[in-house]
Amino acid sequence: MSTTASHFKRSATQYCHDADHRQRIRTALTGYEVKRDENKSRFQSWEDARQTAAEIKHEVINHLDRYLELFERNLKARGVQVHWASDAREACECIVRIARDNSVRRIIKSKSMTSEEIHLNAALEKEGFDVFESDLGEFIVQLRNEPPYHLVFPSMHLTRHQISETFTEKLGAERVSEPEQLTLIARRVMRQKFCKADMGVSGVNFGVAETGMISVTENEGNARLTTSLPRIHVALMGIEKLVRRMDDLALFLPMLATAGAGQALTCYNTLFGAARLPGEPDGPGQMHVVLLDNGRTAVLADAEQRDSLHCIRCGACLNVCPIFRNVGGHSYGTVYGGPIGSVITPNLRGMQDWKHLSFASSLCGACTEACPVKIDLAHHLLQNRRKAVKARPPFFEGLLWSGFAHLMRQPALYRLGAKVGRLLQPLHGLVQGSVLDPARGWTQSRETPRIARRSFTDWWKETHR
Amino acid sequence: MNVTLFIPCFIDQCYPQVGISVVRILEKLGHTVEYPTEQTCCGQPAFNSGAWDQARVTARQALKVFRGAEIIVTPSGSCGAMMKVFYPDLFQGTPAHKEACRLAGKVWEFSSFLVNKLGVTDLGSRFEGRVTFHDGCHSIREMHVRREPRELLQHVRGLELVEMSPADTCCGFGGTFSVKFPMISTAMGEQKCAAIDQTGVDTVVSLDSSCLMHIQGLFDRQGKRMRSLHLAEVLATGL
Repeated sequence: MSTTASHFKRSATQYCHDADHRQRIRTALTGYEVKRDENKSRFQSWEDARQTAAEIKHEVINHLDRYLELFERNLKARGVQVHWASDAREACECIVRIARDNSVRRIIKSKSMTSEEIHLNAALEKEGFDVFESDLGEFIVQLRNEPPYHLVFPSMHLTRHQISETFTEKLGAERVSEPEQLTLIARRVMRQKFCKADMGVSGVNFGVAETGMISVTENEGNARLTTSLPRIHVALMGIEKLVRRMDDLALFLPMLATAGAGQALTCYNTLFGAARLPGEPDGPGQMHVVLLDNGRTAVLADAEQRDSLHCIRCGACLNVCPIFRNVGGHSYGTVYGGPIGSVITPNLRGMQDWKHLSFASSLCGACTEACPVKIDLAHHLLQNRRKAVKARPPFFEGLLWSGFAHLMRQPALYRLGAKVGRLLQPLHGLVQGSVLDPARGWTQSRETPRIARRSFTDWWKETHR
Repeated sequence: MNVTLFIPCFIDQCYPQVGISVVRILEKLGHTVEYPTEQTCCGQPAFNSGAWDQARVTARQALKVFRGAEIIVTPSGSCGAMMKVFYPDLFQGTPAHKEACRLAGKVWEFSSFLVNKLGVTDLGSRFEGRVTFHDGCHSIREMHVRREPRELLQHVRGLELVEMSPADTCCGFGGTFSVKFPMISTAMGEQKCAAIDQTGVDTVVSLDSSCLMHIQGLFDRQGKRMRSLHLAEVLATGL
């Protein structure tokens, strides 16, 4: 078993026994579900909206070369510097270079899962830069030295008391119990950081190809400060995050807010098209957009998996996933957790190291049903399983399935096998639950069904001949 | 109508009463039921485990057995989905693809067949008791059967349907998932059992005996009294 797989199993086992954790996540998501459904009903037809969104993303992803070039051209026309990074290392080096070239010391960030993907903070800190997360949830997990728990709600696993403890320990803050008081403590620290930062790093929710602009949505206003106060703004963006034109945002912004956070619209929606232009009184002096591949073009080349690039990182699939709700966001061991993470991680980071995520699913399909851009997540998990087995057939399991197939294609043998099974079943009681039990995975927590004395086939033969 | 039955292997071996109930119901409605005894398994366990080569070997037996069937009815949303939704994927790019698609087009889940094909919602059944209904994931999300079993249950005399909240969350079975990741599967199952328990009923009904096997297995281990019945068994009561 790979180390990533054993981490997953160990952590999942721990979380699955943690009833408090389960309850906390459930409580957090119950409020979300109510709001999400309320806002879905504000769409004339949520299903039509999903279909349209899927078609737009299909168009963009299938002509990504054209849209990316258009996007780049339009950005450059307004003086934005565009950088292409083929992997995480290149992207980090690029951002480090921008910082170094401009004698930057302090960097402030707004929420960006793509920066988590490339481990940007570690790369910047290693080079001696002071990096500060300004999204409240990210700020909390950064203080705790934890990765974000969820794509959209990075610290949803924590209680307000835990957060207060963290603030007391790391910031020397007074103990408080109200969310408003906690926010004020964070705000006090952050305001200083905003004023002193030389460079702001943001993510990108959508890149608008036709106008060469980036759209950032947030609820706290911190992204606006991150991108406007420091003298340099760097936006990091996965190459798949494009839409065609401004009109598309009329659909995608409310859709992202509804599916992701149960909101009609996220509180702050900002479009950035350039650094400070001549005649403008404020804004950063430079704007950079770093376009990240990091495995995405390989997924693009795979017709079967291509639509997994439609993802707008709303987190809706995590919220409805019974696996996520039980194992928790930290068990996945990868920046993208939940169903979408289990689909893309093996394809982005190596099938054999991450295939266990695709197997760790009951294939219930709640994710497919929830996805606003109609990615068929459950079926992608099946495809990943097929690819994983094809690339490296597991020896014992392969034998098992071959035996199974040969039994099942010979009805007489299958029936004989079932009869032998019935005769042997009473013996199973002797080893049940012990290490000798071949069905231990089942019997440790569940009773086994009895093989009937008379099968349906036997009944049929007796009654219908 | 000539109806050919597909009885999933574990129903054949562990829950024959489900198959028997289906036969009784269809015969009472005046249809000719056929059951090719050469049938075995749909191949889903191998398919879901990524072993598509072996799944195809198994599925070819089904293609052969059901070649002459007009309509195939099965009391399982999950095995039905394997044939109806996944056989075309499984045989994609092989000479048997066309035949797999043809077979897929003939497959009906049992309750959907009654309601949508035969137009029957009241069989005249009588079942005394309060029950709750568990939606199997494949039934609702692959076969799109959600309303049909409820319509049928509503017409059963003496029966009171108490919905659990939520009815459409997975029970955690997931085939080989249940033994590969037993801790997750069990945690999910326990939440399902709690939801069932909260309704205060003594019987849980579903279209999928596989979900019921999981739910019953957990209740039995917990030492709680709960009966699980396939919809067909409920509908065959009092006929």
